[in-house]
Amino acid sequence: MAKKLNMRKRYELFTRGLGWEPTYQTKEAVFPRESYEGLKITDWDKWEDPFRLTVDSYWKYQAEKDKKLYAVMDSFAQNNAHLNVVSPEYVNALKVFIQGVTPLEYAAHRGYANLARQFSGEGAQIAAQMQSIDELRHAQTQIHTISNYNKHFTGLHDPFHMHDRVWYLSVPKSYFEDARTAGPFEFITSISFAFEYVLTNLLFVPFMSGAAHNGDMATVTFGFSAQSDESRHMTLGLEIIKFMIEQHEDNLPIVQGWLDKHFWRAYRVLGLVAAMQDYMLTESPMSWKEAWEIYFVENCGALFNDLARYGLKMPKHHEIATAESEHLSHQLYGAFYNFSHAAALQTTVPSEKKMDWLSEKYPNTFDQYYRPRYEMWGEMAKEEGKRFFNMGLPQLCQVCQVPMVFTEVGKGKPMDISYRDSEFNDEKFHTCSDGCKDIFDAEPEKYAHAWLPVHQIFQGNCGGAEIPDVLKYYHFNPEDGGDCKGSADEKHWNESKGIDDADDDASVDQAKIA
Amino acid sequence: MTVKTTFGEYPVGNKDAVENFHGNQLVYIGWDEHLSICSANAYPLPPDMPFGALTEAVIPSVAGPHPDFEKINWETVEWTLDGASLTPDMGASLKDNGIGHKSLLRFKTPGLNGYKGSGN
Repeated sequence: MAKKLNMRKRYELFTRGLGWEPTYQTKEAVFPRESYEGLKITDWDKWEDPFRLTVDSYWKYQAEKDKKLYAVMDSFAQNNAHLNVVSPEYVNALKVFIQGVTPLEYAAHRGYANLARQFSGEGAQIAAQMQSIDELRHAQTQIHTISNYNKHFTGLHDPFHMHDRVWYLSVPKSYFEDARTAGPFEFITSISFAFEYVLTNLLFVPFMSGAAHNGDMATVTFGFSAQSDESRHMTLGLEIIKFMIEQHEDNLPIVQGWLDKHFWRAYRVLGLVAAMQDYMLTESPMSWKEAWEIYFVENCGALFNDLARYGLKMPKHHEIATAESEHLSHQLYGAFYNFSHAAALQTTVPSEKKMDWLSEKYPNTFDQYYRPRYEMWGEMAKEEGKRFFNMGLPQLCQVCQVPMVFTEVGKGKPMDISYRDSEFNDEKFHTCSDGCKDIFDAEPEKYAHAWLPVHQIFQGNCGGAEIPDVLKYYHFNPEDGGDCKGSADEKHWNESKGIDDADDDASVDQAKIA
Repeated sequence: MTVKTTFGEYPVGNKDAVENFHGNQLVYIGWDEHLSICSANAYPLPPDMPFGALTEAVIPSVAGPHPDFEKINWETVEWTLDGASLTPDMGASLKDNGIGHKSLLRFKTPGLNGYKGSGN
């Protein structure tokens, strides 16, 4: 019987051993995108894959994980486990996830498949291929898990169609497309390092521990199933940064520039997560500000201390992001509240209990700046038909595409909107921050092409001029948006749980009579 | 710095050129110290529209429900156009008031600083 190969030997045969030197075309012709970004790679053999994962063991591990996940999902469906979540409002967090995040998994799948083709080093090719398959698996498991909720709640029915069209989903979509339309090294710096290494905990921890705290075991299960992949992805992110910088001294300023850009792009996307974490979770395990302190200020501070020996610095404007951590979730949820009539998720004035929690978690900002806003909205909503909706369309940032809600917190003026603009080819372009303005000014030709959903509506490219036309173009149903109170989700929930909502109506009637 | 390409020049384009708006131009209007209206709003407006139509129809379509709105004395409102102070001629057109495509018009209402003075 043949002797079993050790892991190192097997890894060599299954990765480096699969490569060959092209003979009837030059290497440059076979890998045309490897050099145009200006990055200098002298020796791909210096690439180290710390996991040494080979394709045979990869399939084995993934098959085991899938088997476990699908067993949990079967039992979820058989036991009506969607009724175990804490409230119908919680499901809005899942709407943000399936509409905003799952399509990014699919976009990442395509992005890494492209890397596997464009990199000439076999070690990096194999790592990118496996990540590509991981990302596809994540998209599929998320769709399968959340499809159980789709039978019982609104807004979950057509996430990929929505992702390509809807105003708030152009925020994550445009970030990934920015990375995917760049070269392979910029893409991997963006997605593997800035997004997956530096910021991934801020994305997944709020959703997964949020799910655990709100009785959503299905989401916790797919989170666990993805977790071991994520740690491999993070390792790839760190490995690629060190590899690029060690290959040639000229690479450092290029990599630092990409890091600065994509940190800010990814951070702006996470504003949606902040709003979800602090407001849509009925029970929030930790605030956005606390998560930012732990995962960015402390953990990434330590990471960049380690990376200092490579000459790499903390990403530009990180101190603004930290100052904004006391405002971010409130400002973004405010935007959702303004436009929930045009969203496939619902918002509401937070309960007293929630507002007290927010006061406790945000002692420097909530009572002074944001509680009065909810008190005003609460008073308006008491009168039939007067719940505040913004009946216009927001000004969007040309780069991050978020409505221009951000304020001058860096200058100590948290109630002054932060307006920036640039001129390019005799035209004005508006941005929300120094971070987005820097990105625009570095590549204005690229961002002049941005498909800004608000402007596209006005140009007549989104189904019509009236809101119902646009919502139809988004594949939204009339009951998808609006306030949580009185929503179809709430009504269906009360029926399923046998809750009599007549009590609420009675108290409203009493108030009217009084 | 320009965008790096694998071959040729990066294509020049402008998705939001004024020609794409069917005779309108984009105007952004924001009410300072009233951030319960979460951002400035964008409007496609005819350049020949009189400035007065902004205060009579355009701005009320969004800001109308705000409790401060009905208390506004438009005589005392302070306007800023693209960063410079503006004294509008209410009867003159947007164009003649200097408002161009993608101009940002901000207004401040002295004495009205949002709900309970909170900037909301």
